[in-house]
Amino acid sequence: MDCTEARRLLHAYLDAELDMADTLAVEQHLQTCPACLEIYNNYQALQTAIKTNSLYFQAPEMLQKRIRTSVRKANQAAFVARVTSWSGLSVAAVLIFALLLSLWGFTRFWPNSSGGNSLAQEVLASHVRSLMANHLVDVPSSNQHTVKPWFNGKLDFSPPVVDLTAQGFTLIGGRLDYLDNQPVAALVYKRREHIINLFIWPSAQNIGSETDTNTPQGYHLLHWTKSGLTYWAASDLNLNELQQFVRLIQDST
Amino acid sequence: MQERNQRVRFEQLILPHLDAAYNLARWLTHNDQDAQDMVQESCLRAFRFFQGFRGGDSRTWLLTIVRNTCYTWLQQQRANEFTVPFQEELHDVECDTENPETLHLRHIDQQKLRTALETLPVEFREAIILRELEELPYREISVITHVPLGTVMSRLARGRKWLQRYLAAHMNEEE
Repeated sequence: MDCTEARRLLHAYLDAELDMADTLAVEQHLQTCPACLEIYNNYQALQTAIKTNSLYFQAPEMLQKRIRTSVRKANQAAFVARVTSWSGLSVAAVLIFALLLSLWGFTRFWPNSSGGNSLAQEVLASHVRSLMANHLVDVPSSNQHTVKPWFNGKLDFSPPVVDLTAQGFTLIGGRLDYLDNQPVAALVYKRREHIINLFIWPSAQNIGSETDTNTPQGYHLLHWTKSGLTYWAASDLNLNELQQFVRLIQDST
Repeated sequence: MQERNQRVRFEQLILPHLDAAYNLARWLTHNDQDAQDMVQESCLRAFRFFQGFRGGDSRTWLLTIVRNTCYTWLQQQRANEFTVPFQEELHDVECDTENPETLHLRHIDQQKLRTALETLPVEFREAIILRELEELPYREISVITHVPLGTVMSRLARGRKWLQRYLAAHMNEEE
């Protein structure tokens, strides 16, 4: 080992960080090289001086108390934060539970309902009832100018009555019915032997909506809103012809 | 209950190293009050991250936090001053064989040695403190100071050269 290499490794040797082979090599070099040994001795003297000259600062006694106190405080704060977050979570859990319970109660006890279809069920029931009882029409007339004025004073709106005889849908009369917690107009049309009930009442929304189709128990229910009125057409007529009927109504209202 | 256990475990593992923490902070900040603040802040940080402490040497772990806390503080202090950032090359020392004044360091005055260490640039100072006063192996020093092993060795070498030169130059002052 030459002096350059020995001096490169001198500090690691001093700190006992060299492996066995390098340690022995440095030792051998120091035994044969007075210059390097002198440098080494100086560093060793410096190291000893630093270690033995009480340069180490002991922590003041107060510091430990101070730290114990602050850690305790931080710990309590963390505990409080955790407990409050727990209680926040439990409030949320109670709310979700209540929501689920009320949803369950709603679907379980609401008559004939399956969510948003409850009105469709009502319309269908009304349609079926009108066919069962001998009470299809209150005002039997194929004349729109007879049917329309009949509703005057019976409803707080005036339902549009359209004559579609030319298109094969014969108006056979009108009837008062009760749907969605209010009196509604029911116009009755006939296509061959199929009865069509067209229910009309004021809509909560003024914006017109697309026709949506329901087919419960073999009947077709078509629903749309237009010009502030809600329309439900119910019939056992095939869907194509019923849709044609609906388009004709929509075109003339 | 869990909080209490956590705190007790923390106190058992960390508080025994309070002297080491304070000594390092004291050498890095140069004064008692700041050193105490650094140690307190470091302990609170350590406590906050205690769950993330996966065993290992708790002294090295605490000293790493103390060293980071002190460096952040030092940077804030330096931002208020106009100091040229320390460059190791500029402060490099000449070859030490040619300097006859380095030859007689048998009797080193404690106050001079303390002043020499205080004056030593911080990167070298922390290496010397951790090595000579904490007697930590290079590997631990490398972890605490975030530099490779080779850099730890070269910082110790340069720091010692620097101290020798300083002491030799101030040997005959006030005597």
